[in-house]
Amino acid sequence: MYDTIIIGTGPAGFTAGIYAARREMKTLIIGKEMGGQLIWASEIENYPGFKSISSFDLINKMNEQVKALGVEIKSDEVKKIENKDNKFVLHTSRDIYEARTVILAMGLSPRRLAIPGEEKLTGKGVSYCANCDGPFYKNKTVAVVGGGNSALDAAEILSKIAKKVYLIHRRDEFRGFESLVNEIKARKNIELVLNSEPREVIGENKLEKIKIFNNKTRKEKDLEIDGLFVEIGRIANTDLVADLVKRNERGEIIADEKCMTNCPGMFAAGDVTPVEFKQITIACGQGTIAALAAYQYLRLKQGESGEVVDRSYMKK
Amino acid sequence: MIFTDQNFNQEVENYNGLALVDFFAEWCGPCKLLAPVIDELIEEYKGKSVKIGKLNVDENKEIAEKYNIMGIPAIIIFKEGKIVVQLTGYQPKETLKELIDKNI
Repeated sequence: MYDTIIIGTGPAGFTAGIYAARREMKTLIIGKEMGGQLIWASEIENYPGFKSISSFDLINKMNEQVKALGVEIKSDEVKKIENKDNKFVLHTSRDIYEARTVILAMGLSPRRLAIPGEEKLTGKGVSYCANCDGPFYKNKTVAVVGGGNSALDAAEILSKIAKKVYLIHRRDEFRGFESLVNEIKARKNIELVLNSEPREVIGENKLEKIKIFNNKTRKEKDLEIDGLFVEIGRIANTDLVADLVKRNERGEIIADEKCMTNCPGMFAAGDVTPVEFKQITIACGQGTIAALAAYQYLRLKQGESGEVVDRSYMKK
Repeated sequence: MIFTDQNFNQEVENYNGLALVDFFAEWCGPCKLLAPVIDELIEEYKGKSVKIGKLNVDENKEIAEKYNIMGIPAIIIFKEGKIVVQLTGYQPKETLKELIDKNI
C-alpha cells in the first residue's frame, strides 16, 4: 500500500514526487511518457535556474532527483481506478496497486484530427511535433493544420526546412500573435489554405495526399504532401476518472486551492486542471501543493495534527 | 549493436531470428530518453536469440528511407527479416519486453 500514487511523469508529477518523498510518504509515480508534454518542447528558457536548458536534460534531471529520493517510477498506463474501503485500487496494463491518496498529474495530449487514415499514417507522414520530426522533411512539401500560435510556430519552423508549407485553417483568420501572423504571411514558401478542413489522410505505406474540404465553397480537393503536422491544440484525457471526480466541459479536473478534487483523497495538479496558464513552473507549484495537501490529508485522517513539517532534515 | 546502411542487410534483413532496431538521431529529444531503455534491453537480453541495436537515421539515410521512417524515435522489430512490429515515439521498457517475448 502506497501513501500516494502519482499519475503522470511530467513537471507536476515529478515535483509532487519530490515533496511526497520529503514527507517520507511511500510514493509511486506511474506515467506513460517520461517528461509528459516537455518532450515536445525543445529549449526551455523560462524555468528559473536555467537560462536555457534542453527539455530532455530537464526531464532527466527531474527524473534523477526523484529517483534519488527513493520514489519508484513505473512506465505504465493506469486503466482503471476504484475507490473502495478507504483506499484507491489502481489497475494498470500489467499490475494492480493500492494507495491511500492519488495525485492526478497526467497533463494534456495532442488533439487528433479524428479522420480516416490519421492513425495508420502516424509516424509515416502524420506528426504532432514539428520540432521533433521537421528535419525529415528537408526540401519536401508539408502541411500544418491549425490556427493558433502552435500551428503558426510549426509553419514557421517548417518553412525553413521544407520546400513548401501549406497552412490549413478552418477559419479565415488566425488566433495567434499578430507579429507571428505577419511573419507567416510574408514567407514566400508558405501558402495559406483558409476555410478548409482535412477530411482524409491517404497513403499506402506513407502519406501521399490529404483530402481537404472548403467550408465556404463546399468543395473537396486533394493536396499532395509528404508530411502533415497536426497543431490543433491539446486535450485533457481524463475519462479514467470520469466517475470519480468533477470535470469541466473541457475534461479538465476541477480542484480547489489545495488541489483537492471533490473525491476525498484524490488530488489534481498541473495542466490537467483548469489552471489558466499552462506553464512548467505552475505545474511544479501545483504538484507541490497537491503533495503537501495529500500529506496533510493523511495526517488529519490518522487523527494527528495537520501541521506540514519537512522532516527530511532529521535523516541527516 | 550499431546497425548501418552497410550491415543492415546481413544483420537484420537476412537474419534468421528476431531483431529490434531503434531508429534515432542526435537532435531528437525523445530519442535520448529512449536510449537508456534500449541499453538496458541489450543488457537483459544478452545471450538470448534476439539482436537489439540502434540506427542513426542521419548517417544511414538509405535504410531510414527504405522503411519510411518519418518520425523518431521509431522501433521496428523484425522476425526473419520481416516487420512484425513498428512503433513511433518513446516506449516504456515493459512494452518492448512484452513485444520481444511474444515474438521470440
